[in-house]
Amino acid sequence: MKISPRMWVPLATLALVTAGCGGDDEPETTTDADTPDAQADACDPLPTHEPGTLTVATGEPVFEPWMVDDDPSNGQGFESALVYALADQLGIAEADVEWVRTGFDEAIAPGDKPYDFNIQQYSITEERAEVVGFSIGYYQVEQALVAAPDSPVAEATSLGDLSSARLGAAIGTTSLDYVDNIIEPDDDAQVYNDNAAAKAAFDANQVDGLVFDLPTAYFITAVEIPDASIVGVLPRVGETPEELGLLFEKDDPLIDCVNPALQALHDDGTIASLEDEWLDQGGDIPTLSE
Amino acid sequence: MAEAGSGPPGLWPRRDRARGSVRDFLAQEGARGAAIAATSTVVVFGALLWWVLTSPNWPLVRDRFFSWDDFRASAPDVLAGFWLDVVMFVVAQAAILLFALLIAVLRSLRGPAFLPVRMLAVGYIDLFRGIPLLLALLLFGFGIPALQLPGVPSSPLFWGVTTLVLSYSAYTAEVYRSGIDSVPESQRLSARSLGLTQWQSLRYAVLPQAVRNVVPALLNGLVSLQKDVALVSVLGVREAVRAAEVYTSRTFNYTSFVVATVLFLLISVPLARFADWYTARDRARRQQLVS
Repeated sequence: MKISPRMWVPLATLALVTAGCGGDDEPETTTDADTPDAQADACDPLPTHEPGTLTVATGEPVFEPWMVDDDPSNGQGFESALVYALADQLGIAEADVEWVRTGFDEAIAPGDKPYDFNIQQYSITEERAEVVGFSIGYYQVEQALVAAPDSPVAEATSLGDLSSARLGAAIGTTSLDYVDNIIEPDDDAQVYNDNAAAKAAFDANQVDGLVFDLPTAYFITAVEIPDASIVGVLPRVGETPEELGLLFEKDDPLIDCVNPALQALHDDGTIASLEDEWLDQGGDIPTLSE
Repeated sequence: MAEAGSGPPGLWPRRDRARGSVRDFLAQEGARGAAIAATSTVVVFGALLWWVLTSPNWPLVRDRFFSWDDFRASAPDVLAGFWLDVVMFVVAQAAILLFALLIAVLRSLRGPAFLPVRMLAVGYIDLFRGIPLLLALLLFGFGIPALQLPGVPSSPLFWGVTTLVLSYSAYTAEVYRSGIDSVPESQRLSARSLGLTQWQSLRYAVLPQAVRNVVPALLNGLVSLQKDVALVSVLGVREAVRAAEVYTSRTFNYTSFVVATVLFLLISVPLARFADWYTARDRARRQQLVS
């Protein structure tokens, strides 16, 4: 049987643990695989799907401002740029980053995946974390309401103003969860396959307002539906902020290698400057009251 | 479809008429046959079950597709969506049966004056049988309301059901037409010679026989439509499949799909059994008439 690189990691960890248990006369030796030394061993070589290559999955199509021109490999857009910064941090050359495309459902279906992780604005939730693995968050996301000037919600100032509106969002997004669980409109929100279908419904006058994450809302009102505008940012309700994370298979050892790299990109300001470059559009957008 | 009336009864040996029911089976095969059948069934399905349950990923699949907690958590939303499916199905099916009959009759009109009518009917059938239903739903559901024509509703539910009616009517009209064509020409000529007008002979002589001949095919369309209503979800309508997808996208657990599957089966299997039963009964009655 061929032993895949992925299997080396548990084996190596096991070897470390066993070695640690035997060494009673050396109190300095720890058995914790999270210590920098042990981690360096587990991550060298990096336990990727293809040795030496970082295979990254994303959706099809991908939308601005997360990626540009439906081409994840151009380094343009926040998520594409982030992946290349992460690869650099992990010691993987730009040329060794491979992209594959997946649908949302394939990405979350059980079974072995032909890639290392999936990036397409997956928000981290406890329910999801029971069946898949997440990295630490790479972006704190806020939700925003988009509407046409003549829409009944164009002048809304609080969540209560939205309860009788026809609202819509794309499936699998935090935006939809926000509408369903926090706004709770009288009529159930319309649920679209993706942002493109949501825009089609908007053009067809089938919704009064659409909810997107704020960066997407900026892009849509600037480019896709210029006659619509952002009514307001939706207030954060509850304790924990919504964060986007990289999606792994559950208990993938690669998570423990990616997290420190991602943390380093937070610490040295790389992620903040990528946010400035791709996501922060400025402007005064009011936040609706609860 | 209409083969029962087309040949002498002796042409159809008893075994060929088996409907698959247990009673028919026992009557034909006797106790020994039944024992063999039972053993073979247990062995085949047992092997299949064993094969699935011993697969290395079965525990994972069990948790992701057959989790009782998720079944209960997702059932209310999926059930509410399914009720919408049933309403869409009933409304659309009633409209289809009437509209398709109209198209079929228009297509069957005789005489040179009706040529444009026949052309329109044929054009309509060709067009809607040629467009994939999903594509038609997207085009009509998003496209027509985008024109914002005064007085035209924009509701995705309205356009979803309308597109189902337009598409299925094209197929169903052809089913009706095959029924009309299956009525011997002598029937129409006899009616005409009795002094009935073209319309009267169609209404009282041809259509009653035509429709009866195609009831099994119509029931088949019924079973098919009952599932295809789920396609309306692409327009944003939260019917059962969409409600299940929302649950899955939220929790990454697929049990909600199993809930939706069970609900659809609860309707479509009895419908299919009913269709079989009706066809068998009709066939039996006709054979009594012949013999």
